[in-house]
Amino acid sequence: MATVTEAPPLAPAPGTKPPRRRGRWTPYLLLLPGLLWLLVFFALPVIYQASTSVQTGSLEEGYEVTWHFATYWDALSEYWPQFVRSVLYAASATVLCLLLGYPLAYLIAFRAGRWRNLIMILVIAPFFTSFLIRTLAWKTILADGGPVVGALDALHVLDVTAWLGWTAGDRVLATPLAVVCGLTYNFLPFMILPLYTSLERIDPRLHEAANDLYARPSTTFRKVTFPLSMPGVVSGTLLTFIPATGDYINADLLGSTDTRMVGNVIQSQFLRILDYPTAAALSFILMAAILFMVTFYIRRSGTEDLV
Amino acid sequence: MKTTKDTTTAGHGGGDVRLTGISKTYGSFTAVHPLDLTVPEGSFFALLGASGCGKTTTLRMIAGLEEPTAGTVHLGDQDVTALPPYKRPVNTVFQSYALFPHLDIFENVAFGLRRRGIKSVKKQVDEMLELVQLGEQARKKPHQLSGGQQQRVAVARALINHPRVLLLDEPLGALDLKLRRQMQLELKRIQTEVGITFVHVTHDQEEAMTMADTVAVMNGGRVEQLGSPTDLYENPRTTFVANFLGTSNFIEAEVDSTSGDEVVLKAGGGKLVLPAARTSAPTTTGGKVLVGVRPEKISLTHADDAGEIPEGRNRITGRIADSSFIGVSTQFVVDSPVCSDFEVYVQNIDRDARLVPGAEVVLHWNPAHTFGLDAAQSLLAGTVGSAGVETAEEEVA
Amino acid sequence: MTLVNWLKRHLVVIAGLLTLAYLLLPNVIVTVFSFNNPKGRFNYAWQEFSTDAWKDPCGVSGLCASLSLSLQIALWATLGATLLGTMIAFALVRYRFRARGAVNSLIFLPMAMPEVVMAASLLTLFLNMGAQLGFWTILIAHIMFCLSFVVVAVKARVMSMDPRLEQAAQDLYAGPFQTFVRVTLPIAAPGIAAGALLAFALSFDDFIITNFNAGSTVTFPMFVWGSAQRGTPVQINVIGTAMFVVAVLLVLVSMVVGNRRKRQKA
Repeated sequence: MATVTEAPPLAPAPGTKPPRRRGRWTPYLLLLPGLLWLLVFFALPVIYQASTSVQTGSLEEGYEVTWHFATYWDALSEYWPQFVRSVLYAASATVLCLLLGYPLAYLIAFRAGRWRNLIMILVIAPFFTSFLIRTLAWKTILADGGPVVGALDALHVLDVTAWLGWTAGDRVLATPLAVVCGLTYNFLPFMILPLYTSLERIDPRLHEAANDLYARPSTTFRKVTFPLSMPGVVSGTLLTFIPATGDYINADLLGSTDTRMVGNVIQSQFLRILDYPTAAALSFILMAAILFMVTFYIRRSGTEDLV
Repeated sequence: MKTTKDTTTAGHGGGDVRLTGISKTYGSFTAVHPLDLTVPEGSFFALLGASGCGKTTTLRMIAGLEEPTAGTVHLGDQDVTALPPYKRPVNTVFQSYALFPHLDIFENVAFGLRRRGIKSVKKQVDEMLELVQLGEQARKKPHQLSGGQQQRVAVARALINHPRVLLLDEPLGALDLKLRRQMQLELKRIQTEVGITFVHVTHDQEEAMTMADTVAVMNGGRVEQLGSPTDLYENPRTTFVANFLGTSNFIEAEVDSTSGDEVVLKAGGGKLVLPAARTSAPTTTGGKVLVGVRPEKISLTHADDAGEIPEGRNRITGRIADSSFIGVSTQFVVDSPVCSDFEVYVQNIDRDARLVPGAEVVLHWNPAHTFGLDAAQSLLAGTVGSAGVETAEEEVA
Repeated sequence: MTLVNWLKRHLVVIAGLLTLAYLLLPNVIVTVFSFNNPKGRFNYAWQEFSTDAWKDPCGVSGLCASLSLSLQIALWATLGATLLGTMIAFALVRYRFRARGAVNSLIFLPMAMPEVVMAASLLTLFLNMGAQLGFWTILIAHIMFCLSFVVVAVKARVMSMDPRLEQAAQDLYAGPFQTFVRVTLPIAAPGIAAGALLAFALSFDDFIITNFNAGSTVTFPMFVWGSAQRGTPVQINVIGTAMFVVAVLLVLVSMVVGNRRKRQKA
């Protein structure tokens, strides 16, 4: 008979090797190059920027750290309209992206059938054409006296938007509406893809179960589908709002001097006016504001595990 | 039975597995308590237990996928404790198979041969695929096969290397019931054919009993009992084994007297007889003993006919609480003063129409079928739903 | 009444298709205007049909040079980011180590920061170090912001991989190196490929970070930006259209091939 007894715990028998310790240093070796890259070219620059923002001096004579915090105050008091505009435009574009993107994501996830792959390709395909070229195309679409503007004018939509301050006269180009339209267009795929991912995970039988339990289609959507797609909504809005706030391309190409966003200011301070401390301070404020808003938003939406 | 070997003489063959004082702890949790175990060469050995009992950890320590905290693993005379898995002459059939999804069936089966530097693998692989009846599927990818076919690929992939020991980790857990029964016979056939030592981990007691020569029942990181399936079923030494393998009824009794090879016990008002050889508990007079009896050993007679019961049988009175007809037999639950919920299985040969819920009955059985256990343990150990034992469905999910 | 019902039932489909049209309209315009023959310097209003630009795509000075530079940078950035990112992803999924939280946030932050902030702070670093702005500073910046996206893509794939596959390989006599080459890498390949594709697209199309850190070097997006100020040649639309068509064709071909292979095997 095979035997079984309990033995006292044994130390490894003499002659056998101690327990193998496979790859104790492996993780650190794997992490090292990539993390160094991020530390040197991402984290360190942020510190440099913080230091630049409290320097004084001039290009010719050089800069020195003088803890000149007044730069922040000056920058804010001079450029607060651009800050407010950035947040407003980005928020509007985010809401529009959600309103436009949700039906398309829903369509791909539940109603597209055999067209699903084709529609997915069409959503991603614009990425393959340089986004600057595509943004320039909006200049043609929204051209003064063009068919789009003509139709909006005929339908008296322009009267309403002009009254709201979104457009000016019978123009759409060079107005806030054009900028928001461009932002929405540019970041729409970043809303659709996470929405689709979270919608696609929903078991279609949940819809049937909700219908079976006396929920009308609209109630099913409110009580089942939408809550379950919340992770997609949260990551989609973040992926839209964050880059939209810092964007300056749409404001530059489709807007006017009255639609300048904070990105435009940072860009021109850095690359044209060469006032580095002001530019660094603006950039630092933008970073802090976004991190603050994102943290608050993630806490509120209760999806902390998302990141 | 090939298992009647002594530990001291089993050390030469090369196909026997010897675990000496082996244990595994994770932080403060002990998965396997120090354990000595010998699996004789050529046997079909099963490690049976609920999930988390340490059976898979034990298996993985034999495979080399888990380092023992202490103790040694020997294959025959060779100490393999410090060998990594890819240097051990042992192969594993993994739970849910772990077939390489990017390789076809042929390459999956040839994998081990190629890694050992064997160039011409075609003939061997073809033969092995024939053995498991998958010659036609050689160029398919794993996901194109059914569950049963995948299972056979996993066996072929391991067996082609002629391991000294084949380890099977819940190999049939993902199959449906009918296929599982079929594969049990198939695996048994293959084992008899190739004569390799099989160590099989399962939570399904029926599977272990059908296939294995020797079964080790594990619970809480220890082996509760080890023996042949019939031995474990007929002579359980703990309530855990009695409940985990099949169903048992227990009566708490007091030792009245001991005469020769018989122990006489008092339970309620009556007396019960227990063969002294079938008790693992001390039988000093006045001491407590748990009396166990399997439901199918018991006969059920209506109280009106109590006089017809032969002398010398253990008997208990009660009232039928519930009955369910399941075709070959009828299962009764009987309330009795000494034990509520007494289970009785009666073959449907001549059905007594009076045996309905509420009827007064006498339960009686041959004293030889009675076993005695130490009273100082939980009656519920090893039952479905008690701590540490999950149902089979949970484990599969 | 039936029309109203029909509309109600298909409301989602109609709204979705309208959004799709909104997404694709600029591409249609880009394509149509690649056949334009504009009067002035700007290609914003339709004049007459012409294939001149298609016959001479490199006819504008600097355009094709910028395109080739962008392709080179994208290739090197993809290579660098994929290599470093894959290593990080494996470390994160497969090993336990200290400061895991800090590592995770260092990888997450670049994705949660507006490009203009990263661009500006990197420029202050380069200015402080006195680095010569150009090819190398662009490449460094691109690898930096592509890295996190590669980590996310590869991590998702490696995480969904059954650890038993590698154990099975070890059980079947494959040593650590063989296991990695024969099993781990082939199974992780789709994730790595996805990360690499993403990195290529991000790098090739990047404007903001490049604009800050390029000095006088001109990549393709910067050429387009510059031409938006000075005058847009039709050739830009030709390149844009060609890129779109090639990409869609590639995707369609790979899908058809994949489908046929699946059908053959089944």
